[in-house]
Amino acid sequence: MTLWQTFLSRRNSLGSPVLPFVTILLGLTALAAVGNLWFPPESALHVSTYTITLLGKYLSFAMLALAVDIVWGYCGILSLGHGAFFALGGYAMGMYLMRQIGSRGVYGDPVLPDFMVFLDWDVLPWYWLGMDQFWFAMLMVLLVPGLLAFVFGWLAFHSRVTGVYLSIITQALTYALMLAFFRNEMGFGGNNGLTDFKDLLGFSLQADTTRVALLISTALILAGLFTLTHWVLKTRFGKVIEAIRDGEPRVRFLGYRTDRYKVALFVYSAMIAGIAGALYVPQVGIINPGEFAPLNSIEIVVWVAVGGRGTLYGAVIGALLVNYAKTRFTALMPDGWLFMLGALFVLVTLLLPKGLAGLYGQLSTSWKRDQTDQHPPNKEATS
Amino acid sequence: MMAKNSASELMRRDQVWPFLQPAAAGINVDKNVILYIEDLNLSFDGFKALNNLNLYINDGELRCLIGANGAGKTTLMDVITGKTQCDSGTAYFGQTINLLNYSEADIAELGIGRKFQKPTVFEAQTVFDNLELALKSNKRLLPTLLARLSPSEIDRIDDVLATIGLTDMRFQQAGALSHGQKQWLEIGMLLVSEPRLLLIDEPVAGMTAEETERTAELLTSLAGKHTVVVVEHDMEFVRSIARTVTVLHQGSVLAEGSMDEIQSNPNVIQVYLGEEA
Repeated sequence: MTLWQTFLSRRNSLGSPVLPFVTILLGLTALAAVGNLWFPPESALHVSTYTITLLGKYLSFAMLALAVDIVWGYCGILSLGHGAFFALGGYAMGMYLMRQIGSRGVYGDPVLPDFMVFLDWDVLPWYWLGMDQFWFAMLMVLLVPGLLAFVFGWLAFHSRVTGVYLSIITQALTYALMLAFFRNEMGFGGNNGLTDFKDLLGFSLQADTTRVALLISTALILAGLFTLTHWVLKTRFGKVIEAIRDGEPRVRFLGYRTDRYKVALFVYSAMIAGIAGALYVPQVGIINPGEFAPLNSIEIVVWVAVGGRGTLYGAVIGALLVNYAKTRFTALMPDGWLFMLGALFVLVTLLLPKGLAGLYGQLSTSWKRDQTDQHPPNKEATS
Repeated sequence: MMAKNSASELMRRDQVWPFLQPAAAGINVDKNVILYIEDLNLSFDGFKALNNLNLYINDGELRCLIGANGAGKTTLMDVITGKTQCDSGTAYFGQTINLLNYSEADIAELGIGRKFQKPTVFEAQTVFDNLELALKSNKRLLPTLLARLSPSEIDRIDDVLATIGLTDMRFQQAGALSHGQKQWLEIGMLLVSEPRLLLIDEPVAGMTAEETERTAELLTSLAGKHTVVVVEHDMEFVRSIARTVTVLHQGSVLAEGSMDEIQSNPNVIQVYLGEEA
């Protein structure tokens, strides 16, 4: 009995992938940071600021993939609109950075961002108020995507929209937002979006130290969210979520209100996507309506499919690998990337249904099958 | 249709309006009847799946429902558990609770458990996790997030594992179980949720003779403490467990009584047993 109870408590503790994941992630980030700040440019161990920024960008994409894996891999909600939550988080951060520019803009207006002066606006729209406060902007990074996900999720899950219909309306959601944000009247810089940022919390965005600090923050937040998510999915709540994926009507008959569980998970996932967007914007220096493009959201799903859904670390690995491939490939052959991406998705779906994370399991079962094929009597004895 | 139905419900003189009733404090079984199904009608595109169905189930009894395919057995269960909306009629759980006003989750919380015709367990999760999910507990969001198994709950699950004979497979994935074992696991999930009323749809489909016998024993031992309604095609099995049998035919009750009475009922012989002979 005691052994049995220890086993139970062990099962609920933060076991398996968390510790190795956090160690590897933070270790590599520390190496990159040291390589950039301590070694001179001519040293072989030097890591360029370009690479640091690129890594930071990849890690915020990894966080976005994590958000999609939470809903798709664990609850079967294939969202093709997570780019919208990412972009909204990014816009919230962008608004803060715009207001930090102050009178250093081209037109030198102390309050209004350049694009508003250009449009002949005399007052700041109400939704820009408070965005000069860092804490308020960070609150909006969580609240705006969270609220949208709540309203959308409540409507969709309450009326039991599932499967491909849900995927289609998530696409429509992000497309509608893209069209809205393209309009100058919306007050978010229209086509050009928000850019020309100067500093964040008083630190210049061009400085190497700020770049490294942003990379480290991204890595720390990713590690934290990974751990938190792993814990959430190990609780009974997580078991309910997985059960919803495998048989939602059955879960309802057990007495769980599945729509509330799905809304809660969707909001949680959208907030993670928002945080990812907020970390992405200061590192790439621009946010524009292109981030809402439906294609972007589909790309996230490809990252998760390549890495392997339902494992969390698979999504992170997939995001890093596909984005690295994208960086290399678009440099070599810019027009070919979309074909490459499509081919990747088809091949992974056909050959690696569980993605790279499932490769090991797939290989070991096929090896075992070969073994049992060679000894057929063995199989009969066990069945 | 619904509006007319609710209007006539409002004008009923044998009860006060719902909002004047005190909030249902548990299930009232003063009259020793736990389930009142009255004048239930449901049609799918003109096909009358339920046709003025009237059925009363006593508290603590073991009742078998039999009937040919399309007689409305499974549809009746769907209506009771809130999966399907009926066109007209009432379904009261005890004296006070009108089941037709509640959702599936609410009905499960009120204490009606259901086993499906096709065994539906959560295949990607272990046998133990399946039982943990079904455990009688607070199923709201936050309590579920913070839930930890108490020792008494673990004991409860262990008891049920022993009852259904899956103790050795507690950490096996439910998908790896045989068909009969999945049926048992699903019965086990009903047991840990401690329902007042169990609706069991074809429990012995695909079971061996020995498993069938054990299922019969289990179901008879449940009656008394719980109320059990079993839908089954296997007449041998029905004879071995049932005290009262209800025969459904074309969406309404054709006959009701002991197995012997049913078998000598001329109507039943004509429409149901007649086909077998």
